[in-house]
Amino acid sequence: MAEQPMPLWEVFVRARTGLAHRHVGSVHAPDAEMALQAARDTYTRRGEAISIWVVPSSAITASDPADKDSLFEPTASKIYRHPSFYEIPEEVGHM
Amino acid sequence: MYTQALNERIDGPRVVEDPEKLAAFQARIDAEEKIEPNDWMPEAYRRTLVRQISQHAHSEVVGMLPEGNWLTRAPTLKRKAALLAKIQDEGGHGLYLYAAAETLGVSREELYEQLLSGKAKYSSIFNYPTLTWADIGCIGWLVDGAAIMNQIPLCRTSYGPYARAMIRICKEESFHQRQGYEIMLALCRGTPEQKAMAQDALNRWWWPALMMFGPPDSESVHTEQSMRWKIKRFTNDELRQKFVDATVPQAHYLGLTIPDPELRYDEATGHWRYGPIDWDEFKRVIAGFGPCNRERLAARRKAHEEGRWVREAAIAHAEKRRMRERAQRLAAE
Repeated sequence: MAEQPMPLWEVFVRARTGLAHRHVGSVHAPDAEMALQAARDTYTRRGEAISIWVVPSSAITASDPADKDSLFEPTASKIYRHPSFYEIPEEVGHM
Repeated sequence: MYTQALNERIDGPRVVEDPEKLAAFQARIDAEEKIEPNDWMPEAYRRTLVRQISQHAHSEVVGMLPEGNWLTRAPTLKRKAALLAKIQDEGGHGLYLYAAAETLGVSREELYEQLLSGKAKYSSIFNYPTLTWADIGCIGWLVDGAAIMNQIPLCRTSYGPYARAMIRICKEESFHQRQGYEIMLALCRGTPEQKAMAQDALNRWWWPALMMFGPPDSESVHTEQSMRWKIKRFTNDELRQKFVDATVPQAHYLGLTIPDPELRYDEATGHWRYGPIDWDEFKRVIAGFGPCNRERLAARRKAHEEGRWVREAAIAHAEKRRMRERAQRLAAE
């Protein structure tokens, strides 16, 4: 009998307080609890984390790289979204 | 290196790629852009990577066996704890790499099956036996030292997930090499018998360590394409030379002799020149006829078979719990 594949989980760790959780890789595990343990053993053997998230990989919806231009390119033309677009006289000081 | 068996033809149907896409892909590589899992890539690039990354992963996993041989006989508790941590790292490295390979559309189960059936290769170095404690010193110093030489440039390899896995691995390997060299130092500063044991281990590991870099450039089939795709950054011979140059002075510091009568320092180039490598031995070991090939695969198969009921039970338990939680939720509604 072919072996049943183990579910895949994406692993995110918070290195220290004040930082966001960051994606570090993935693990295979039958359930969330064992995924957490596997993530601990695989990705945090040297004090890399104070907190771990595991998320079923199948729960992630990702944008398609082929849509990159239509999704993100329009922002390039909106330079008025940046502070440097606006001219303020020097006498006003730092703003 | 850990992927030295790449020198074989890649199987699978020939794919004719769209020349325009191919050119755009090469332009991204030339601009040092990283390729990510869902990006378009030529089929040959994908196959080369799957093979290289999985061979690398298999090598990490099989590499735990020769060292495991000495776990219960490490001379002190400190050495034992360090060796245990190192072996655990190797297992972790295997997992990072299988995960990187899986982003290319293959499953870990498939890759592992290729290892167990003998279809996939792993580094020839792990088919040599660890006869004495000094062998553990030599593995850390030479085998991990050679691995680092190969892996540092791989941190800049063109495929993103592979490069990121290599960065993690390189950070951890440096402890491995230092613990190995420290074992050699302790033996070389010990009794004459201990020093003789260190020399004996070096005599047996030196040439297999040089073979880790794979066949000479003149015979390497895939080097050119892999260099163009920036999967590889240096050729086998370039890396081998770097390794020899770094290692010879370390051996001299230990007061040990490199087992190569032709070894000499070339003043003009600043390189250590080494004698001919026995490539017939290399081919024999890669083909499955090294001293421990059978034993290594038998040990992996046994571990995989004996762990099967655990994996099945864990999946069944998770499934049962999910069903129970759903029944409770439905009852509460």
